[in-house]
Amino acid sequence: MSTPTRRQFINAPDDVIDEALEGLVLANPHLLKLDPAERLVSRVTPATKKVGLLSGGGSGHEPLHAGLVGTGMLDVAVAGAVFASPTASQVRAGTLLADSGAGVLHIVKNYTGDVLNFQIAAELAEDDVVVESVLVDDDLATTSTNGGPGRRGTAATVVVEKVCGALAEAGADLSTVAARGRDVVARSRSLAVALDSCAHPGQSQPAFELPDDLVEFGVGIHGERGTGRIPFASADELVEQLVDPLVQDLSLRSGDGVIAVINGLGSTYPLELAIITRQVHRLLAARGITVARTLTGSYVTSLDMHGASVTLTVADDELVRAWDAPVRTPSLTW
Amino acid sequence: MATAVTNGVIIDWLARFHDIVAKQRAYLTELDSAIGDADHGVNMDRGLAQVVAMLDQPADGSDASTGALLERIGNALLTSLGGAPGPLYSALFLGAGAAAGERTRLDPAELADSLRAGLAELVRRGSAESGDKTMFDALDPAVQALQKAADDGAGLGPATAAAAAAAVAGREATAPMLARKGRASYLGERSIGHVDPGAASATMLVIALVEAVAQG
Repeated sequence: MSTPTRRQFINAPDDVIDEALEGLVLANPHLLKLDPAERLVSRVTPATKKVGLLSGGGSGHEPLHAGLVGTGMLDVAVAGAVFASPTASQVRAGTLLADSGAGVLHIVKNYTGDVLNFQIAAELAEDDVVVESVLVDDDLATTSTNGGPGRRGTAATVVVEKVCGALAEAGADLSTVAARGRDVVARSRSLAVALDSCAHPGQSQPAFELPDDLVEFGVGIHGERGTGRIPFASADELVEQLVDPLVQDLSLRSGDGVIAVINGLGSTYPLELAIITRQVHRLLAARGITVARTLTGSYVTSLDMHGASVTLTVADDELVRAWDAPVRTPSLTW
Repeated sequence: MATAVTNGVIIDWLARFHDIVAKQRAYLTELDSAIGDADHGVNMDRGLAQVVAMLDQPADGSDASTGALLERIGNALLTSLGGAPGPLYSALFLGAGAAAGERTRLDPAELADSLRAGLAELVRRGSAESGDKTMFDALDPAVQALQKAADDGAGLGPATAAAAAAAVAGREATAPMLARKGRASYLGERSIGHVDPGAASATMLVIALVEAVAQG
């Protein structure tokens, strides 16, 4: 039960976000620029006459969202404090920046703070910009109870941003891009498991502690506890517990195809993610489900959480074409 | 002891709200670690510090009325406070400001009416209901107690004290509740047994009002 105190490469907790954004832009001067006052990361060369894509949210999920700004994906990312939505006025500023005359799409993960701030920002900007919004709610662990906030938005956000980015780049109009984004959300489900929690910058203790023989099942991306604890087991056994409910919920049948995202939550290392990926493929192949494309890596993280999520998106040819379209961002390029 | 809420009392109210939140930052974060994402204390402290700094620079003559000041606070909260608390506390002040209108002082009944309108705006944004285990569970009983005290002819001091007592009771009553809104709701049954962090910070808002009135 004893978790050793964690040390972090930080200067001061209050400076973490600003310094990290500065570092990201210094590393990618050919791609990104920064408005430090509003914490907006945007393309160094703004796109012209296309639907603007804006996303954002609390920090701590890097490379989401600023690492996914660039050709073929986002126009602007707006960063909040760790795990706290940016303010409505930040989002409004980002919306104005993302607009090149064809309207702006907000890609919003389903959390109360994000939903409220993006909604108010859209209202504040409505005299200047036409805004539509796609709400990402893929986390199967939080399937809605009556009157609750609904499923959380997690790693399917990457698929939504990629596919919407491809359509926007190809010149689709705002309502088309938004409709496709909502369609991707409807086709996507995720589930995650964690072997260890995460610690906020400047805090030495993790958000929760786990005994050695248990893992936290159904975690989100904010260090919050999951839906319950299950026995620690081999990678193959744990992955099976992630994949089975996804296959069931998406009603996947033999002959169907998916895009699979195997996502690390912060301190899961590449060897582990590759082992998880292998088992995802094996389980799906055994059911006759084709994995059309796979993305393996840490894209939607929860600070230094040791965990992984699996996202499946039901794919068709059009979706795969949008997925394959060129992209050039700090964290996703092909 | 102030007998009516003036702009001076309101500015002091916000400063005291920030002071209490700053002192209780670890407590709020601890509550949020249990059923949320462990950032409520940090987030509120940082955002309110900016709001208080903005209030030190009055807009050009726009604070002539209480309503204008309350609305300026509402807008400052939208600019400074992230997460769900920003829009929700903002709604409370924007709604209260719109109701207070051109008045330059609010007696207990007018204060209750103004805060009731603010609460309605908060509910319009957050759609929380009584018993959902949110800030509403502290604020709604507080405004009801304020209203009742005003109806009974109480002065501002006793009326706000009654509101604070009701907020504290409302905050404590959130512990056995099953969360139905916000991040705590994802925990389902595991949210039971913990005080709601939003109800805790909302109670600090009411306690700060009592202090500002007492010193006014």
